[in-house]
Amino acid sequence: MNHVVDILSWSCLLAGAFFLLIGVIGLLRFPDFFTRLHAASVIETLGSLLIVTGLALQAEQALVIVKLILLIVFIMFTSPTAAHALAKAALHGKLEPVTSTEDNN
Amino acid sequence: MNKIPHALSLGISLALLWLLLSGHYTVLLLALGLGSVLLVVYLGRRMDVIDHEGHPIHLKFKPTLFYWVWLLKEIIIANIDVSRRILSLRSDISPTVVKVKSSQKTTVGRVIYANSITLTPGTVSMSIDDDLILVHALSAEGAAALDEGKMDRHISMIEEDY
Amino acid sequence: MFAAAMIAILLAMFMSLCRALLGPTLYDRLLAVNVLGTITVLFIAVFGFLTGRPEFLDIGLAYALINFIATIAVLKFFEYRDMGRATEEELDI
Repeated sequence: MNHVVDILSWSCLLAGAFFLLIGVIGLLRFPDFFTRLHAASVIETLGSLLIVTGLALQAEQALVIVKLILLIVFIMFTSPTAAHALAKAALHGKLEPVTSTEDNN
Repeated sequence: MNKIPHALSLGISLALLWLLLSGHYTVLLLALGLGSVLLVVYLGRRMDVIDHEGHPIHLKFKPTLFYWVWLLKEIIIANIDVSRRILSLRSDISPTVVKVKSSQKTTVGRVIYANSITLTPGTVSMSIDDDLILVHALSAEGAAALDEGKMDRHISMIEEDY
Repeated sequence: MFAAAMIAILLAMFMSLCRALLGPTLYDRLLAVNVLGTITVLFIAVFGFLTGRPEFLDIGLAYALINFIATIAVLKFFEYRDMGRATEEELDI
């Protein structure tokens, strides 16, 4: 039983780290600001969700699990608001999103 | 509008958070906690942010939980799609800007919709103008999926007439 | 295994820092800093488990909220060149 939980938590941690790296690769690779926002949201949703789940499976006290749940709830509530604020500010600051009809990269 | 229930629910949730995170149950620390809870509720009332928007306790409980599970599934699917596009060697993105109509009647419902759009990777809501949400999508397929309005209908279900 | 996750997190922090330095626009830098903050929260959480001291989670919780407020505050400043002030009517209250 313990082994199953261990393996599950390790695979969650590894998958989370994998999505984290994918997110930052997208952050470096994508052509303009608005597309980079999408890469950032990969980190803030699935990346953090998987890492926190992996940690919660390793936790020994219930309080630690509650704190981890609070942590993921805070991240999940604040990250879209921050992303929306960034997009709105960029639009307000006359940053034009590149669309596929003009440029394909 | 009666704002007492919202103030009460804010106070209770803050008190629970304090008890949970502090872990020390001496008279001094509990008194300090009570003081901070009262201060925050008082400041919230003064700023006029304690109402059905700041503390939406009127949303239906069960459909909200159901919606969260559904949203989690959507987030995982969208994440895998975006990750595939990031890792593909040739450029596989087609950024699109679309206007999506939201059918929610209340401001809270629209905010939930816009935030859910942003939370799902591949789509970001850029601005809200009345019932039109300006959305930037990473791919034309993502924009088309949003236009079908599945998420929109799900949120209308948890919204109660106010 | 925590160590492996730690290495990936450090690498991700380094790469998002690269984006913050590369720019090119202000918004790219702010986005990169916001992402860096989120990764830092995960870093603190994993570090707490790595050293066997889950109390570090409290710091992570505070950091997650501060990160959000910092992003909004800096954005507000650069969007309106102003942190906002009370209007005439609000001052009368």
